[in-house]
Amino acid sequence: MQLSSVELKLLRRFRKIYTIIAFLVSLAMAAVLLLTVFNLPAFGKAGNPAENEVIGRYIGKGLEETGAVNIVAAVILDYRAFDTLGETLVLFSALVAVIMLLKDEPGVFTRRYRERSQFEPEKDQIFRSVAALLIPCLLVFSIYIIVNGHLSAGGGFAGGAILGATFILYNIAYGIEKARRFLNEKSFLRFITAALLFYCIAKGYSFFTGGNHLPSVIPLGLPGSIFSGGLILPLNITVGIVVACVVYGAFCLFNRGGL
Amino acid sequence: MEFHLFTNYVEIAAVILFSVGFTTLLFHQNLMKKIIGFNIMDTAIFLFLAAKGYIAGRMAPILVEGANDPALYINPVPSALVLTGIVVSVSVTAFALALVLRLYERYGTLHLDEILYLTRGEHD
Repeated sequence: MQLSSVELKLLRRFRKIYTIIAFLVSLAMAAVLLLTVFNLPAFGKAGNPAENEVIGRYIGKGLEETGAVNIVAAVILDYRAFDTLGETLVLFSALVAVIMLLKDEPGVFTRRYRERSQFEPEKDQIFRSVAALLIPCLLVFSIYIIVNGHLSAGGGFAGGAILGATFILYNIAYGIEKARRFLNEKSFLRFITAALLFYCIAKGYSFFTGGNHLPSVIPLGLPGSIFSGGLILPLNITVGIVVACVVYGAFCLFNRGGL
Repeated sequence: MEFHLFTNYVEIAAVILFSVGFTTLLFHQNLMKKIIGFNIMDTAIFLFLAAKGYIAGRMAPILVEGANDPALYINPVPSALVLTGIVVSVSVTAFALALVLRLYERYGTLHLDEILYLTRGEHD
């Protein structure tokens, strides 16, 4: 099919007008944003409007109320745990949408798979050796980040992303058949739904015990030790499982349309 | 009102990044490049939010023993907000990439005008 000369002319004219308008819009937006930034309070100065009594409340009372040393973890997994539940569900629904769009019939490999497979390393000895060295270290590192979420920087999201990347590395280095031994479609869905269900039940439970000024039945533990912070440690683990499953599942779906 | 032209360099960097992403989104006809521009815009917003929480000379909000004074730590709230933004950004990117992949499988091109031209006459 070819464009007729009238259509071509119209298209060119549209492109010209579009470019001019887009240029003006971008310029205007950049100018407005820069002017706003010039009028913002100075960067990093104490006493800016962003620094209000909320910081004092969270940092002054966070440790005694949640038992977590890391105040960001206390905010996202205790004070605002329902918000984090929503985030986890956003990730899960994104994965469901990707599954709906890209999943193939079982046993049928599409053109996508056949085109890709010729570029993949087949029994690449150097890659496999490096992966064999890297994967255990990455696994330990990701688990360390997840279970230390309430003690240091990190948590379920960061550690889960590293865990998912480790699974992806294993998948590329050793092939999907070996990866299916521990993470096939069935176990994958089991992990992710169990993690989400546990999150819902745990947070619903703590809402009735720890919320509304009621005392929580879960001990907060000694601040700074691993088993402290009440529900923050198990919630970090569930978030880590969900994030790792979503990262790895999205990779598998984009790579060959199925786990 | 005073202007902070040279103290707000982090926010200026965020605005420049945002404009780069926005122009990428507007001027490129390739759908993949539009998604890249979208991600650059996301990054600019994360940088801006993280910069808003920073207070010079203070520690990260991880409590150290014997230092419970709130005046020693930076603002933890923007850090928690950035996390939400990152998660939504990742989800939207995955969904958009899946849609683009399906479009490519059907029409064999990523160019927006060509796809619009090829869909002309498809009235299902």
